[in-house]
Amino acid sequence: MNRPLRRLAGVVALLFVTLFASTTYIQFVSAAELNAKPGNSRQLYAELGRDRGPILVGPDPVARGVPVDNPYNFLRTYPDGPTYAHATGYYSIRYGTAGMERAMNDVLAGTADRLFYRRVSEYLIGQEPQGASVELTIDPRAQRAAMDELKGRRGAVVALDPETGDVLALASSPTYDPNRLAGHDVEQIAQAWKDLNADPDKPMLNRGISELYPPGSTFKVITAAAALSSGQYQPDSLLPGPAELDLPLTDKNLPNYSSGPCGPGGEVTLTDALRTSCNTAFGQLGMDLGEDALQEQAARFGFGEELRIPLRVVPSVVPEGMNAPQLAQAGIGQFDVKATPLQMAMVSAAIANEGVLMKPNLVKSVRSADQTEVIDEPSPQEMGRAVSRDVAEQLTAMMREVVENGTGKNARIPGVEVAGKTGTAQHGGELNHAWFTAFASNGERQVAVAVVIEDGGGRSDASGGATAAPVAQRVMEAVVGG
Amino acid sequence: MATVLPVYPRTRRGVELVLLLGAVAIAMGAYAVVGLTEDGALPADLLLHAGGLGAVATLLHLVVRWKAKHADPVLLPVATLLNGLGLVMIHRLDLAEENPLAPRQLMWSALGMAAAGAVVWFLRDHRVLRRYTFTAMVAGFVLLLLPMVPGLGKEINGARIWIGLGPLSFQPGELAKILLAVFFAGYLVVHRDALSLTGPKVLWLQLPRMRDLGPLLVAWGASVGVLVLERDLGTSLLFFGLFVAVLYVATERVSWIVLGLALFVGGALVAARTFSHVQRRVDIWLHPFDPDNVDRSFQLVQGLYGMAAGGLLGTGLDRGRPDIVPYANSDFIYASLGEELGLAGLFVVLLLYVLLVERGLRTAIGVRDGFGKLLAGGLAFSVALQVFVVVGGVTRVIPLTGLTTPFLAYGGSSLLSNWIIIGLLLRISDLARRPAPEGPVVAPSGDTGATQVVKLP
Repeated sequence: MNRPLRRLAGVVALLFVTLFASTTYIQFVSAAELNAKPGNSRQLYAELGRDRGPILVGPDPVARGVPVDNPYNFLRTYPDGPTYAHATGYYSIRYGTAGMERAMNDVLAGTADRLFYRRVSEYLIGQEPQGASVELTIDPRAQRAAMDELKGRRGAVVALDPETGDVLALASSPTYDPNRLAGHDVEQIAQAWKDLNADPDKPMLNRGISELYPPGSTFKVITAAAALSSGQYQPDSLLPGPAELDLPLTDKNLPNYSSGPCGPGGEVTLTDALRTSCNTAFGQLGMDLGEDALQEQAARFGFGEELRIPLRVVPSVVPEGMNAPQLAQAGIGQFDVKATPLQMAMVSAAIANEGVLMKPNLVKSVRSADQTEVIDEPSPQEMGRAVSRDVAEQLTAMMREVVENGTGKNARIPGVEVAGKTGTAQHGGELNHAWFTAFASNGERQVAVAVVIEDGGGRSDASGGATAAPVAQRVMEAVVGG
Repeated sequence: MATVLPVYPRTRRGVELVLLLGAVAIAMGAYAVVGLTEDGALPADLLLHAGGLGAVATLLHLVVRWKAKHADPVLLPVATLLNGLGLVMIHRLDLAEENPLAPRQLMWSALGMAAAGAVVWFLRDHRVLRRYTFTAMVAGFVLLLLPMVPGLGKEINGARIWIGLGPLSFQPGELAKILLAVFFAGYLVVHRDALSLTGPKVLWLQLPRMRDLGPLLVAWGASVGVLVLERDLGTSLLFFGLFVAVLYVATERVSWIVLGLALFVGGALVAARTFSHVQRRVDIWLHPFDPDNVDRSFQLVQGLYGMAAGGLLGTGLDRGRPDIVPYANSDFIYASLGEELGLAGLFVVLLLYVLLVERGLRTAIGVRDGFGKLLAGGLAFSVALQVFVVVGGVTRVIPLTGLTTPFLAYGGSSLLSNWIIIGLLLRISDLARRPAPEGPVVAPSGDTGATQVVKLP
């Protein structure tokens, strides 16, 4: 029986070799990957007991550590949690981090490399390490106005400062209370996590930067920009604007939103086409300009860009390889054209900023825990020129026409120059998304904004002008109004 | 007259004592490190704990020195070191909890060592156990099925392998393991010839005769029954693996292994498809990071995170957060050790198991009687298989099951039965290493006749 016993020893060796290998795989080969998993709360535990820096909006904390008498030492607390949830994100002992809590984690936790010298000095004088504070660019009045307007509806508002790229509002609805995930009662946060994930309205989805929508007619601004930039069109160039555009290669026609041709004799100027949101004119324009021109103009406004503000932004898309009818659809922001609300705010911002696109940014400053020392203060960064100064001026005039005399009248603010574009985007359902993107200036300050109300807030008579423009108006008013 | 000088083989008891004291010293050092990290001072009960472990282990050593002086000198120190490391980790995890478990584990360690000592003391020859072959079978199956008794069995984490007696809970499967090893060895040593008779040959496989398949099918049925009724893949795998291994050693027939594996895999596949709890385990095993599994795979995933956080050298004792993992001191003590002692520490732990199993198998090879071979081989293999099932579950080689890590994990039943295994292996190895009957063989001198007397043991 000794021979099979020796073979059995071979089997045992095989079993143990497997265990040596599997253990090595976890602790060595894939350790870095496991350590970086979003749900891995161990990094949090490593930081627990440490005083995590607050997240501020102006002087007020929107996330801070409150000392508690339990092994965690600090309870992360979000005053006014639901209002800022999609900017702050959450800091959960069980589900890891999200939002700025995640994007700025090393700074807030005090482990970032740029805090190295502070850490050394803290260590030398025997002080407990403290996280740095992060001040956001959010304008609390704009943010609150946006959240109030969105209440009860699904949608998002993003507001930018066109000159700096500062994000003034990042609102998404429905929202959630990050305090529910930040508690120390594991069962309560597990229940909250379950509820939030099971909610069909996806309250944890950051619609402003993480959700792609068909931009609908707001995309006509980009089509118009491409036309003007080509040098072949002027604001008063006449375009065909029939009641229905006969699409090649297909039996289907492209109709106008409101029936009838866009102008007398079925012809319309570029300015009027934008003012009345004429589908047939822009459909034809899309086909005439071609895919390359549309793609290039969209890319100049930031489409396809992997942005970190420092939250990760889902890149917006203009599809490749479109045929003529698809190009006509793309010209009016349909087919597979998809954009985030942030992207459409960037379009308005670039036009407002005389054609120069600034990189959106949420961080105003990083300061030491005692607020005395500025560690980092990001300066505005140019992403590039979206359109020439002349084209920007022409577009501004055309978009002002939309607000003054066109589909965007609901966005008018007394004493303030407002320019904008409505959109009512089909997305395969019975209801349409209501869009509005605009910018405004009071001579001193500027603001650019994009609003999307999913399914028009549930109303079948919803439209960009009726549903989304008033929201944009309130938010812009909060920034540039009296 | 030819004289044969009596050879006194070295018993190696001194080596055992030195290794044993080394093992206790390592455990004591680890215990001190935990105290120093936690409070900056040596723990007040350091001498009580380390001294307690050391004293009981030394007593066991003395029993072995007296009653089984030729026994393998490595078994006891290795088991003591594993037990000591487990104690330190359980103590360290106590610091994060309200209810200290290390003192109870220390008590159970002492009881376990006492049980091992009792085996060495009272069981003068392991062959006595052959008389109890069928008693062991009945007792083993009863213990195995005990958790199924309503009111007595307790379901923890979906597996029904515990029984509760008041506040105490007990995993009878642990003891059943030993009893069934005795039964398998006793039964097969008698029937091995019948079982290795030639049957039909299919291709290169020498199949057993149909009637010899009986016991295999019974064992298969029992283990699948355990899988289905007690919802525990680990126990089922352990018993069936043990049976097939002993069967193979007894008959030297590869066909048994092939058949056995085929039967087990078949059974497991059917179970995996049919029963939702098995399906769930498999799903968690394959897709632990799937968002749908977040809550159910929490333990497994946190164990992985802990081990990853430990990396090559570990966070250091009391510097990690193994307490995040549910059952960090029992089911997941391997991951806890991995987090704080790192890959280096786990390699040591695995090597200790390799040593233990290797010594057991060497005992099986060395012992002269068939029953002893099968028993020692079976027991050693059961330890190896149990380590594989537990550690394989934690490291995602196989689905997670509810077995305990021998000597390390918190739990009285597990410690007790594993120390009994050490006692049995010590006893068998004593016989295996004992020199051939002493005294000069009386060689016929001159022409005194045609007969000679050979002294029998």
